[in-house]
Amino acid sequence: MAKILEKRRLTPITQLYRVDAPLVAKAAKPGQFVILRVREGGERIPITIADYDREAGILTIVVQEVGTTTRYMGQLGVGDEILDLVGPLGMPLEIPVEGHVVGIGGGFGSAALLCLMRELRARGDTTTIINGARGKDLLILNEELTEVCDNLELCTDDGSAGFHGLVTDRLQQLIDGDGPGRPDSVVAIGPMPMMRAVTETTRGADIPTLVSLDPLMIDGTGMCGGCRVTVNNEVKFACVDGPFFDAHQVDFQEAVRRNKMYVKQEQDSKDRSECMKLAVGQD
Amino acid sequence: MPVKRVEKTPMPERDAVLRSHDFGEVNEGYGIAHAQFEAERCLRCQDAICIDGCPVRVPIPEFIHEVAKGDMRSAAEILRSSNPLPAVCGRVCPQEVQCEEQCSVGIRFKPVAIGYLERFVADWEMEQTDIDITANLSRDQKVAVIGSGPAGLVCAGELARLGYPVTIFEALHAPGGVLRYGIPEFRLPKDVLDWEIEQLKKLGVEIQCNIIIGKTITMDQIMGEMGFKAVFIGTGAGLPSFMGIPGENLNGVYSANEFLTRVNLMQANDFPNADTPVMVGKRVAVIGAGNTAMDTVRVALRVGAEQGLVVYRRSVQEMTARVEEHAHAIEEGVEFHWLTNPVEILGDEDGWVTGLRCVRMELGEPDDSGRARPVPIEGSEFVIPVDNVVLSIGNKPNPLLLQTTKGLEANKWGCLVVHDGSSETSKEHVFAGGDAVTGAATVILAAGAGKDAAAEIHEDLSALVQ
Repeated sequence: MAKILEKRRLTPITQLYRVDAPLVAKAAKPGQFVILRVREGGERIPITIADYDREAGILTIVVQEVGTTTRYMGQLGVGDEILDLVGPLGMPLEIPVEGHVVGIGGGFGSAALLCLMRELRARGDTTTIINGARGKDLLILNEELTEVCDNLELCTDDGSAGFHGLVTDRLQQLIDGDGPGRPDSVVAIGPMPMMRAVTETTRGADIPTLVSLDPLMIDGTGMCGGCRVTVNNEVKFACVDGPFFDAHQVDFQEAVRRNKMYVKQEQDSKDRSECMKLAVGQD
Repeated sequence: MPVKRVEKTPMPERDAVLRSHDFGEVNEGYGIAHAQFEAERCLRCQDAICIDGCPVRVPIPEFIHEVAKGDMRSAAEILRSSNPLPAVCGRVCPQEVQCEEQCSVGIRFKPVAIGYLERFVADWEMEQTDIDITANLSRDQKVAVIGSGPAGLVCAGELARLGYPVTIFEALHAPGGVLRYGIPEFRLPKDVLDWEIEQLKKLGVEIQCNIIIGKTITMDQIMGEMGFKAVFIGTGAGLPSFMGIPGENLNGVYSANEFLTRVNLMQANDFPNADTPVMVGKRVAVIGAGNTAMDTVRVALRVGAEQGLVVYRRSVQEMTARVEEHAHAIEEGVEFHWLTNPVEILGDEDGWVTGLRCVRMELGEPDDSGRARPVPIEGSEFVIPVDNVVLSIGNKPNPLLLQTTKGLEANKWGCLVVHDGSSETSKEHVFAGGDAVTGAATVILAAGAGKDAAAEIHEDLSALVQ
């Protein structure tokens, strides 16, 4: 059980939670994740660790309410307990080339850049964050991200804040020498289409790039193999070998296909949880 | 006096057609009359060699004698004093190659149904309300047990009985290890497992779920700041093997671990009341022919498959599943494809499984395992149309603990190395047993290893006190 100490809405479907999880907070490193379950009979879902305060024993996670479990999660409030929370899982992220590291966050993926960029900056890297979203209202954590990096670049598809265009358009400008300049390494966390686009942008420029894969998982300890992904023609378990992989070697097509395996069941389950919510509301 | 009867008293079983659509237990268990009738067959040998066949050395004739006399309370006491998981072992042990294989009655007749009697006594005990187990943790040296599968549970139970405060650390959200996520409800009901674990808690065993040693906390923390004096590693063999054939990442392909975990641990059979789904088409092929493969194919039938198939490259003689499990699978309509080796999993343009390309095999000279080596017959390729493929070809030990624990040695298969004939690892005061050491084996061998390790830990810690 992990008690929710603080809860803050970032966008209409995204919330930030600070939870009491001293053992996990103490052991956590950038790039790792936790698995949580919010009710009896509930799924186990992986959630990236956004940040941690080792001394206070507090873990920060950001959850987007897109499926059954994340919606149940959204109904929990300060003082409530998350039924099960285990971690930190996965391998800590290792940046391939030191120097100028550009972290690209799309949507709620940007949250994971908090602890990562802070630690990279502390060890002496020059850090740039490209924080992207469709529009201004969906850009999250601008204030917090400013504090953990040297340059924060905002990008919106509709031009309502910062650079008008895709994160990859801005990335290309950096590669061409604009602003903070060409990256030595790139880390991308966000929706699959965004990570694929970043991968293609850096491939030609030959810039080492890592992406965070989010396949379906159950145990998160290597036991089920449900999270297998193909990287450099080898099968890897994202839960124990990842979740970060060399972007230029990832078989994205397969990863996208495997993530859609339960689309129908997920929709059924979501509809049902929605009905149950309504039913509760009527009481 | 022992009574001579050729046949075992049969185990009452539920009808195959009815049971293959639900998760209720297949074997219904002896009633008192069955049990006493069967117990009369035991010869009460002076030199009871059946005990040599038991990894936890249950005093078999003693407890059976009490059953014959009708003193179930004494029978239960005798059983529990030597086996902390009798209701589990009475259901899942392969008695036919252990105690019952040694049984003297078995020389001329069918052996005494020791397993059925063990289960009967444990089930009788489960129904009693006046049996009180109390904790007596008289010692102050704390012991940590990593993993709550059969090895860990038995080790913890034995140590608690000896007076040690024991904490079990479990990675998943519920205790039991393979007994929870691997063995299905129809062979081992979860309330039976819960009851056994409850008895261990009454003995004073503490269980902390959601803690992964090597990730959440390290072995060094356990033996350092947390103050544990000894550790038992019972982390099992939970890393599924794949064949390395094309198509293994198609949608609809599972490891047996994933398939069984979705149903047994996450209750996918109750989707959408439970939130985890399992994807089952009309025809499900399971590759492999061990007990896990039998469990998997029978679970597939119960979650909606119309046809369950077992595909195995060797013949029925080399199958590693228990005879009883194989027989139950046949009764439930499972189709067996012996001497058939899958070479490719086929899929449609959307990446969903459509079939299994196989080659026929014949048996050649014995291989390293002593079993006849299957050899492909040239030009014999054919396709079995299926909607799902589940690989049940074995597991390797999980490497998470090894990755972060200095001084812990493993062999090339990832199995922990222990000193000959003991449970001692390469690290001081750290012991190990079960599948983490042997590679994938049986529940009772793990239980036996847990029991032996408990005795060694007791010796090790006693030496520290003097």
